[in-house]
Amino acid sequence: MKQFFQKHFLPPEDARDRERWSPAQRAYLERELLHRRQVTILRAMIFILFLALWELGAATGAVDDFIFSSPSRIVRCFLSMTESGAIFFHTGVTLYETLLSFFLTIFFSLLLSILLWSSPMVSRILEPYLVMLNSLPKSAMAPLLIVWLGANLKTIVVAAVSVAVFGSVMTLYTSFSQTDQELIKLIRSFGGGKREILLKILLPASVPVIISSMKVSLGLCLVGVIIGEFLAADSGLGYLIIYGQQTFAMDEVVMSIVILCLISALFYKGISLLEQRANLSRSRG
Amino acid sequence: MTPLLEVSGVSHSYHTMEGETKALSHITFSIFNGEFVAVVGPSGCGKTTLLTLLDGLAAPEAGTILVNGRPVSEARQHIGYMFQRDRLLEWRTILANVSLGLEIQKRMTSQAREELISMLDAYGLGEFAGSRPSELSGGMRQRAALIRTLALKPDLLLLDEPFSALDYQTRLTVCDDISSIIRKNGKTAVLVTHDLSEAISAADRILVLSSRPGTIKAEIPLDFSGETSPIRRRNMPEFSAYFNLVWKELKI
Repeated sequence: MKQFFQKHFLPPEDARDRERWSPAQRAYLERELLHRRQVTILRAMIFILFLALWELGAATGAVDDFIFSSPSRIVRCFLSMTESGAIFFHTGVTLYETLLSFFLTIFFSLLLSILLWSSPMVSRILEPYLVMLNSLPKSAMAPLLIVWLGANLKTIVVAAVSVAVFGSVMTLYTSFSQTDQELIKLIRSFGGGKREILLKILLPASVPVIISSMKVSLGLCLVGVIIGEFLAADSGLGYLIIYGQQTFAMDEVVMSIVILCLISALFYKGISLLEQRANLSRSRG
Repeated sequence: MTPLLEVSGVSHSYHTMEGETKALSHITFSIFNGEFVAVVGPSGCGKTTLLTLLDGLAAPEAGTILVNGRPVSEARQHIGYMFQRDRLLEWRTILANVSLGLEIQKRMTSQAREELISMLDAYGLGEFAGSRPSELSGGMRQRAALIRTLALKPDLLLLDEPFSALDYQTRLTVCDDISSIIRKNGKTAVLVTHDLSEAISAADRILVLSSRPGTIKAEIPLDFSGETSPIRRRNMPEFSAYFNLVWKELKI
């Protein structure tokens, strides 16, 4: 909260001793800060207006709150489910499955992309298969996975990993194979082989790409987990959404979606922090 | 006396699905210990290909390259290569950058580290040991790249247009710095460049390559009555005479 306040309502640190700045610079800073404040306030207002209209519509009957739910119904539903603890359980299950598939995705995509890079022959042979697997809608595979693996965690995680892993492999492999040839020549002129090229050049040079592909993978893992839970689960937010829809408990459905929004925001923030830290350690040492 | 480097009858081509490109044809020359030889030629005449072959990074299709009488593939650790651009790694400090070669050859000891630090000091980079490459000027970066190469104590230095990415003024001073470092250490060097004045100001001997496929058109020994500083050489009367000579050789 304090950071948020500093970011949006206080001038950047350098600007605080205003004596140093020329009048033109001060005017520029003031304009820029006003602009930022306006953006923040308008963002908040859109959110509040949306909630207010929704609630008002439900209260006056303009919106059928049995179908569309309403902010107050969502809050009430959330409170009753926190009392029973059910909401923490379902959210926890989804988080666990998503993070598990995320780490598996990172592991396999690094492994596969290094394998593809280290053998140009293998990568040439496998390229069309990878392209096909990447563009194949993985949700089409889900019913098959249920038959093969059963309606359990395994199916959900495999579904999520398969949604995310191929794109990630292709991104990393492209980054590896576009690494500056002269850097590779440099390592070879020192007598280094593939191992040294990988450890000294490819991996450190690809850190930004690895992180940005993590960003995409984490989102895709969440998509895969929800698809998996729709079809093969007795817990998790995806299950809650399907169950709520079937029992016409739309409050539960909408609340689960709100929680999913929060989870995605949280994930995004987490990776951004990781990115900042990586940049910092690069520029410092 | 056996030459340090002996190149005889070397030819090399590049192959693509569209056809064959002859890069070098029947190259023969020798370089003796302590010599500074420049190779000049029009762009695309196979100068970089020649250095790649001399470094043993590729094997020539025909001919032999001997270093101290042994095939170049067995003498790799005696050769240092310096690139057109410095190729310092941005995620490493200057000290970590200059240790890269030693690290890869697993020769990084605390003594080697001390030596690197004293080398950085000697070449005016001492206070930048912990800095990132982006904090250094182009000339300083190129000096760091030279230290990275010299750290392996090579007998033969291959310089692939090492000054071409620098602006003109920096280029003159860095060329002066680097050639004095090379001469002070008694290293043997092959400098590849398309800049005639650079070649004449730094080298003991010039090999002129023809356009593709590269063949040796002329070999011009330079005599500046003992003067080795590139900047001072540029002001000597011999300089313009040699310039005209090499220029004519290139144009024919």
